[in-house]
Amino acid sequence: MTANTANSSRHVKQSRFMRKALPYILSLPALLMCIGILIPFFTAVYYSMLRYRLNLPQMKGFIWFGNYVNFFYDPSFWNTVYISLLYAFLTVSLELMLGLAIALLLQKPTRFNNIASILLLLPLMTAPALASLMWKLMTNPNFGILSYFAGLLGFHDFRWASDPSTALFTVVLVDIWVYTPFIMILLLAGLRSLPQAPFEAAALDGVPRSFVFFRITLPMLMPYIITASLFRLLDSIQQFDIIYSMTQGGPGDKLLVFQVQAYLDFFQSTNVGRSAALMIILWAITYFLSNIFIKQWLKLRERAHGAG
Amino acid sequence: MDHSSTFEKALRSALITLVLIFFLFPILWIFLMSLQTNETILRIPPSILFEPNLDNYRALITGKLQTTAGNLDIAFMRNLWNSVLLSTFSVALSLLLGVPAAYAFARFKFRLGEDIAFTLLSFRFAPPLLVLLPLSLYFKTLGLTNTYIGLIWVYQLICLPLILWIVRGYFEDISPDIEHAYRIAGNSWWKTFTRVAIPLARPGIAAAGLLAFIFAWNNFVFALILASADKQPVTVGALAFVTASGIQYGQIAAAIVLSVTPTLALALYAQRYLVEGLSMGAVKG
Repeated sequence: MTANTANSSRHVKQSRFMRKALPYILSLPALLMCIGILIPFFTAVYYSMLRYRLNLPQMKGFIWFGNYVNFFYDPSFWNTVYISLLYAFLTVSLELMLGLAIALLLQKPTRFNNIASILLLLPLMTAPALASLMWKLMTNPNFGILSYFAGLLGFHDFRWASDPSTALFTVVLVDIWVYTPFIMILLLAGLRSLPQAPFEAAALDGVPRSFVFFRITLPMLMPYIITASLFRLLDSIQQFDIIYSMTQGGPGDKLLVFQVQAYLDFFQSTNVGRSAALMIILWAITYFLSNIFIKQWLKLRERAHGAG
Repeated sequence: MDHSSTFEKALRSALITLVLIFFLFPILWIFLMSLQTNETILRIPPSILFEPNLDNYRALITGKLQTTAGNLDIAFMRNLWNSVLLSTFSVALSLLLGVPAAYAFARFKFRLGEDIAFTLLSFRFAPPLLVLLPLSLYFKTLGLTNTYIGLIWVYQLICLPLILWIVRGYFEDISPDIEHAYRIAGNSWWKTFTRVAIPLARPGIAAAGLLAFIFAWNNFVFALILASADKQPVTVGALAFVTASGIQYGQIAAAIVLSVTPTLALALYAQRYLVEGLSMGAVKG
């Protein structure tokens, strides 16, 4: 340090100032974005405590937790909770089982398996709203290929999304089509990164396959399974695109999940207060889940760094 | 597992083929549908053999559709153009703002950085309508509803957090020693960033940019709430098209094919980056 010329000591001084200011300058856009999110967020919190209908502005007033209290006696709210949870449970559990099965099938990195796993990316890269329209064309009662197949199997006049009893099944099917590849990719990456030693030892000892799967593969894969399912659960409980494109929440109230209900409250009944309160409740659920998720995620990330 | 029997190999291949049929059939079927006239589409049983023609695409591209009921204007090419415009500019802006910020988060430990990163991460999982519905009222007051600038601005909510998190992870994986050496050799901070750090993180930046483009293209709810017909991207435009011309099934199929082709082609072309980005975004952060 003693050998510094005047020039480079100025350089050091300047860099000391820069080192202090630089991170703040660079992260300014991200900071502005945070503010840009937090302002509408707190506005939503405020709206959720208002009696606020766009068509009846004279009735606007602050009612504290009135909107939330009303939910308690509101059967349509409980219907929303029920449908959302059922949708999330069905999609995540089915996608997890299917995704795990496919990942196990494609585990060996052969050429055929790699091509198959690349092709399976295509549904995931299709916009969910457009995927819904594709399935809508395929389930059209007049000419849809799936309605035709259903007819061949003896289900004549199978109405898919327009029948209250099969609407949920249909949108869950579309969700499975779009998102199973996501779980498959994560689990495949997990499977291929597992250490080989325990498997080789088990093979040498002639341990039965089912034992290897339940006692070695599954426990070692568990962090990946938890991360993938939590990630999907967070998305699935907020599903909007697939359901809105397919039926706009109908038939009746069969598919009125949180976000679809909030959208209709806002734009059809112009009940801003109720809509905001619904979104705050959904936010609280996802906030709780995402805290678990982020902890799990950081753990896995540490492991990945430690191993790599 | 290397001693699997021929029977097991055959069973595995059969199962994989079944999986591929389930996941690829819808795309293939819609593509076939887009090459048919309404007459062959409505035939029962469905026709595998038909004379393919491009009339549906011609009608979409020229925007003029002749039906027995008269001429119908289709604005679908406009939607396609909007998608290109919105996705490209949103990702470009996000990269411009997000890559330096990601570098700051990775290289400098400062309190505000952690707070920002955590806030953005926790809102990554928040319901989009929570922010969008109040924002739609603000946009009305500010006169930003149904403008490209307003839309590109809110599309940053999709692109910027994604780029921040993936690129940050990449910078963290690169040892800072090379940058230190370059700095000590008397180069400015900016030169070190552009000549050393960015080239080293290029695969991460490519993966993040690609994913952000696909997510922006596939987004539905932002434009549904904040744009009217003339600014809507394909995801919203296709739904409006279905509602408006409910019986032109061939054109609907062709519109879907045109709308999904860009993201599917990108996915196939850059699948290596994509898988990396997806697992970075989801697993590593």
